[in-house]
Amino acid sequence: MSGLQLEEKAPTRIAEAILLLVALALGMGGMWMVGYALDDALPEGFWTYSIVLAALAFTTHIVLRLRAPYADQVILPAVVLLNSVSMAMVLRLDMSPATMMVGANAPRHIMWSSIGILLACVIIFVIRDHRSLRRLTYTAMVVGVVLVVLPLVPGLGKEINGAQIWIFIGPFSLQPAEFAKIAFAVFFAGYLVANRDTLALAGKKFLGLQLPRLRDLGPILIVWAVSLAVLIGEKDLGTSLLFFGLFVGMLYLATDRVGWIVIGLTMFAGGALVAWSFFAHVQARVDVWLDPLNPDLYERQFGSSYQIVQGMFGMAHGGMFGAGWGEGYSDRVPFAFSDFIYAALGEELGLTGLLALLLVYLVIVQRGLRHAVGVRDGFGKLLAGGLAFVMALQLFVVVGGITRIIPLTGLTLPFMAQGGSSLLANWIVIALMLRISDAARRPSALPTRGALADPAPALVGGDAIAVGGPGVGPVQAGTEAGVGRGATPDDATQIVRGVER
Amino acid sequence: MNTTLRRLSTVVMAMFLSLMVATTWIQFVTAGDLNEDPRNFRNIYSELGRDRGPIVVVGGEPIATSEKVDDDYKYQRTYSGGNAGAASLYAPLTGFFAVTGTYTGLERFANGYLGGEDDSLWLDRLQNLITGEEAQGSSVELTIEPKVQQAAWDALGDYTGAAVAMDPKTGAILAMVSKPSFDPNSIAVHDAGDATAAYNALLNQKPRVNAEDGKERFSTYGPTINRTINATYPPGSAFKLLTSAAAIEYNGVNPDTEVPAVDLYQLPGTTGPSGQVGNFGGESCDPSGKMTLKRALAISCNTAFLDLANEVGKDGMQRMFKDFGFNESLDIPMSTTIGEYPGLIGGENDSDSADRIAVSGIGQGSVRMTPLQVAMISAAIANDGDLMEPYLIQSVRDSDLELVSQTKPSRYKSPFSSSTADALTEMMVEVVNDGSGEGAQIPGVQVAGKTGTAEDYPRSPTLWFTSFAPADDPQVVVAVVLENGGQSTNETTGGALAAPIARQILQAAISR
Repeated sequence: MSGLQLEEKAPTRIAEAILLLVALALGMGGMWMVGYALDDALPEGFWTYSIVLAALAFTTHIVLRLRAPYADQVILPAVVLLNSVSMAMVLRLDMSPATMMVGANAPRHIMWSSIGILLACVIIFVIRDHRSLRRLTYTAMVVGVVLVVLPLVPGLGKEINGAQIWIFIGPFSLQPAEFAKIAFAVFFAGYLVANRDTLALAGKKFLGLQLPRLRDLGPILIVWAVSLAVLIGEKDLGTSLLFFGLFVGMLYLATDRVGWIVIGLTMFAGGALVAWSFFAHVQARVDVWLDPLNPDLYERQFGSSYQIVQGMFGMAHGGMFGAGWGEGYSDRVPFAFSDFIYAALGEELGLTGLLALLLVYLVIVQRGLRHAVGVRDGFGKLLAGGLAFVMALQLFVVVGGITRIIPLTGLTLPFMAQGGSSLLANWIVIALMLRISDAARRPSALPTRGALADPAPALVGGDAIAVGGPGVGPVQAGTEAGVGRGATPDDATQIVRGVER
Repeated sequence: MNTTLRRLSTVVMAMFLSLMVATTWIQFVTAGDLNEDPRNFRNIYSELGRDRGPIVVVGGEPIATSEKVDDDYKYQRTYSGGNAGAASLYAPLTGFFAVTGTYTGLERFANGYLGGEDDSLWLDRLQNLITGEEAQGSSVELTIEPKVQQAAWDALGDYTGAAVAMDPKTGAILAMVSKPSFDPNSIAVHDAGDATAAYNALLNQKPRVNAEDGKERFSTYGPTINRTINATYPPGSAFKLLTSAAAIEYNGVNPDTEVPAVDLYQLPGTTGPSGQVGNFGGESCDPSGKMTLKRALAISCNTAFLDLANEVGKDGMQRMFKDFGFNESLDIPMSTTIGEYPGLIGGENDSDSADRIAVSGIGQGSVRMTPLQVAMISAAIANDGDLMEPYLIQSVRDSDLELVSQTKPSRYKSPFSSSTADALTEMMVEVVNDGSGEGAQIPGVQVAGKTGTAEDYPRSPTLWFTSFAPADDPQVVVAVVLENGGQSTNETTGGALAAPIARQILQAAISR
């Protein structure tokens, strides 16, 4: 395949290689200090972990050079930085003698990280053009709904720590919701790019808000129902908030109608209120959120604030500069290696370290949004915007829960928390982000030229042309939207008009 | 869609900003409060997880050390190398450092130095911050002389009581023994449950004391209380030194002044036998009903001092008590309990009417003092009227053995003039040479002292001896208390039982 040769004049991605070295050095330094702080020796597996991470990081680098040479050069090093720092943290918790930390498992963490990175490589390699995903719009919806519902299937799902979000297949456990968010992002992008104008423009005005027609509400109601099913059936406020936030965000991206956000938030608030009034565990979460230091809440047997308070104590102990790698008592916070890894990092790396990590996340998310602006097709814009937003949202739900901006929920910190589903899913997100960034940065007036040169079927979305926006009349937009709806992605023309830059 | 994408990216910025603010709120703004929360075990972990400085007595023997261990607390606090006997000897000083968050004694009151957090150690902390080294505590060097401490421990034997020895010229405390004691190693274990159980068991181990009504009675104070500074007792006749000091200082009396010494003293403002106080064992002080002040003190004539206190009056007696600083707490660095006197703080329960003031003249009624305070009476007399501030910490050295701080002796109070001190010394010498304190005589060394046998009905009398030696060049002050150790017989007075104990401690201190 011609794709295996370097394209002429393609960037050499030197910046990425150098940044990767820095990212890996930070992770290795962390592991090194952990070992010397706890055992006065290099930690067991130091070289294995370092070499595996470095080899995989540079494999991805080479795959990008071959298959997505124009892709963003900062995203990969940023993610490798997060992943290798988390490697050091999990290793540190794994080395802890505390019985509470038996779940911390560094070899498992490196295994899932490796699989995640390899999966990302495969996706970059196989998916040559993100627009091919558009064919899967409704398949993605079905997959997403099935994934969300799976933990409720008797025998497959099991309630753990109050939430039923896991499925067990043999020795493996999965959190399907992590993958469902990608499926939903694909579905929303495909659905909205086809229906955005109907949603935005057909309907009555009410109190200055443009309300959608009732028949257009169908898929939205389905998503709302799915979110509530997650909330009530699986007792997982975080995932439900994530899906709903993703949908509302993408809806706004596509239609520019604040009315949708208002409706969406009202519906979610209604659902949350109902859940709060009917379910003791939701009430418990809210009580703990409002007043964690209350001794009654701290000491009660069920739904106690112990974990969140211990997390706060840990972060407070870390202070400005942290206790140092391996020096804190982060192994004393329940689930410090997964749900509470943010608090554990705060204790050992301090406020400085946490703000640095948040900035790294911010760079990834803002780069994702930037490429959404840069990419030329509407589907790509919505998908990139949605994926970046869902990552920001997940971070907000996790960190906000630990720092008490919102009630604590059971989501995991992307690339940081130990857990296969989270690592795999987020590496897939990064692979898609990189793929779209390649399309966005490719120096071509016509984005499809590269695809034409390739013998592979050009799966382009002529109907995905970005239309509407400020200054575009409703008639024109309506026409193009009509074309979009009538044509399936496969027989779409490659005429590109009205490209929004 | 680019407009909405840009707006969304503003929303994302706002979300991240809120996360950063919330994180800063926890780690910076409210961190202090969270770190001080009693439920935050990190305090204890980080205190115990630190290489805590040792506590060292004179000669360099460490009585409390931290050893690295392989558990959550990283370091094990050990007292006297884990030797229960030696640890008990110093337990009133060291106190203990428990994983339950309870610290006592020097572990609590010198925690700033031992834990390396004291303000004076800022330079070391800055160094640690830069070099990344673990914080190390400073070593605290005490004024305690192991020989004197051991002698006091041995001399007290099985009595419930306390002994304190100090240098009157500096205020340095040379020995501080409280009995019964405890093994702090039993509480310093790293299992919180065991530590709590051991501590609670000690709290309930209050020693049985003698009683005059035949009932089973127990001391108010358990083994974890440092009786020398945190237990108060009626001082009894030992208080006659303070009454004498007030009479000499304020009323122009001298040791050779004849004072009334009747057989039965009718308290002012009372009538009938209920207001009459006699002498120990109902004896007569002198057939003539008069005697010199010196002789009255030597044989500890109650009626003479009841009258003397009445002559000095409420204001004078209270003033002398306050001039000694007995109504104030000291930080040696442990916080001491204040004394009680009618009409002053701590003595509010008693009226300061004339009859009660008269009774206070013999250290009865509601007068209560700590053994350290009784020692301080002798210390002021021994040091020409200048009472030096008692202290335990000689110096503090950081982990590099550099001197961080050193205690400079300082004058605490000047309750009376040096001529009054001379007169009182003369009288105390008479007590030992030809009076109630003959049991404290040391061949070749002139001892000055005063006995006390304080009524504590229904408990048996509490026995005292407060003293210093040599009388002409005082090197050491010793006070001994035997809690309810008497039996109201001549064989079980302060002179008979407490004076010989004080003598042994004085001897050990002089020959050191």
